[in-house]
Amino acid sequence: MYSGNKAMRDAFGDALADIGAQDDRIVVLTADLTDAIKVGKFKERFPERFYQMGIKESDMIGTAAGMAIDGQIPFTSTFAVFTTSLANQAIRVNVAYNNANVKIATSHGGVCVGADGATHQAFEDVALMRLIPNMTILVPCDANEAYKATIAAAKMDGPVYLRFGRIPSPVVTCADDPFEIGKARILRDGKDVAIVAMGAMVPVALEAASDLATDGIQAKVIDMHTIKPLDENTIIESAKECGCVVTAEEHTVLGGLGGAVAEVLAKNLPTPLRMVGVLDTFGESGEPQEILEKYHLTSSDIVEQVRLVLTQK
Amino acid sequence: MKQTRMQGDADLQKLTDLAQQLRRDTIRMIHHAGSGHIGGALGLADYMAALYGWAMQYDDLDPTDPDRDRIVLSNGHTCAVWYAALARSGLIPLEELATHRRMGSRLQGHPARKAMPDYIETSTGPLGQGFPVANGIALSLRKRDSQGRVYVILGDGELQEGQVWEAFMTSAHYKLDNVCVFINYNNIQIDGNVEDVMGISPLADKIKAFGWHVVEIDGHDIGASVTALSEAASTKGKPTAIIGNTIMAKGVPFMEGDAKWHGNTPSGVETTKALESVGTNNRFNDFPIANRA
Repeated sequence: MYSGNKAMRDAFGDALADIGAQDDRIVVLTADLTDAIKVGKFKERFPERFYQMGIKESDMIGTAAGMAIDGQIPFTSTFAVFTTSLANQAIRVNVAYNNANVKIATSHGGVCVGADGATHQAFEDVALMRLIPNMTILVPCDANEAYKATIAAAKMDGPVYLRFGRIPSPVVTCADDPFEIGKARILRDGKDVAIVAMGAMVPVALEAASDLATDGIQAKVIDMHTIKPLDENTIIESAKECGCVVTAEEHTVLGGLGGAVAEVLAKNLPTPLRMVGVLDTFGESGEPQEILEKYHLTSSDIVEQVRLVLTQK
Repeated sequence: MKQTRMQGDADLQKLTDLAQQLRRDTIRMIHHAGSGHIGGALGLADYMAALYGWAMQYDDLDPTDPDRDRIVLSNGHTCAVWYAALARSGLIPLEELATHRRMGSRLQGHPARKAMPDYIETSTGPLGQGFPVANGIALSLRKRDSQGRVYVILGDGELQEGQVWEAFMTSAHYKLDNVCVFINYNNIQIDGNVEDVMGISPLADKIKAFGWHVVEIDGHDIGASVTALSEAASTKGKPTAIIGNTIMAKGVPFMEGDAKWHGNTPSGVETTKALESVGTNNRFNDFPIANRA
């Protein structure tokens, strides 16, 4: 599988071509972004099952729902921001309310579009999808997990939202690691603080945990690849063991991973909690790394929040 | 009861009787429910009779037959007349019509796939949302080499939704000749005359320019609907749109063409008067209604 640095969207494209060879119900729709979301490989191998829909995201989602209702397994593909905002009504009624077996795959989640600026940076897509009943939400942390998430989405029955990053990011899981929808993975054990991270922030959280270890702070790092249904048990058990929690996401903290974890803890086990994420603001143009620094989405930001939450224990 | 697609010559008297019965059912359902959208539903009765009484293929003993014809009622608020057509075609029990819009009913205020997946392909209500799903079903039917056809019904005001034109583009681009759209062109929407609210004319020219075969008919002439449906089925390489010029609430003179009957519910007296105007025939029994508390 993958190692080093690899973009999740590339792994998605590979997985799609592989699962497409196994199941001819898999069809792929795109909205003029074949190469950007890496569905070209599928198109090349299965042109009769590839549907170019033009620049009309709502229509693409509705069409996919119809195909699913008649027995196909459609993957729609475009950027996270266009899918979840522009086509939200189609996702709500055509996909989710119908419980249609559509896989809504998106790339360019978070700040990684960089220079394109605020209109193209998806900070709220996961929150928007969390609000919709019947929706499963998968946010893999690296290329290996993106591959497995794509296969798992194809094999489950029901609507799935998949969020991939654009730029190469560190591969931190192994090819033979398990992946089960709804089951969080503990990538590093520790008993002082639990860092619950999603997507590209998982490698960042691992980096923060290494830094903390040099100061004798043992951080547990949880890869929360499924945001819905949320693995509440792992959150509660980790909070019980560590006594404080930090969340980390390349997404607004309102209603995203931070919000979801806060809901679980408030209801079950009130625990000191701090959130690393986008703080109710739009983004701007810049290199991805510059944006991550300006919006406090780096490992040193996680370290800072860990130090603060430790004082609240 | 199995009905085969467009089998033999249509019995126009039978279809006319069916349409009138669908009107009776619609009036009684909406009065009994205490709310609903009577005007658009009454105006669709004739086309609905042509579809369920002649054009469509379906089988109540095999409702999920992969080659059946499908309906997507994109203007979902007119569903009372659809539910009546399902009942009069033997697909759902007649008594069920009395449950429309009640808690627990399969006959939701707007069509819900969850409630009745065998007959409701997709949930509709928010305008513009049904048509793209119909294209998806049509693409899948083609992929499966099925002869099934997809009948989409749109309201005229619905054409103000941009998404409708996205879907017009898609059906034409993919040459979906298994899609047939009917536009219920009564020129009335909630806030008044369609051309005053937000004009959609010249409608036929616009849809033709999108690459469609377009037929304009009197939407209350069942013979014209039969001919247009037949023409749509034999038109290859492009989808067909039937622009049905209709009168909102057709058949009930005191409601006809009056925007307030988009969403008003007839009182007891008005219901009696409305039922008198659509008449009775011996072919059908009315569905039973329990006394209202």
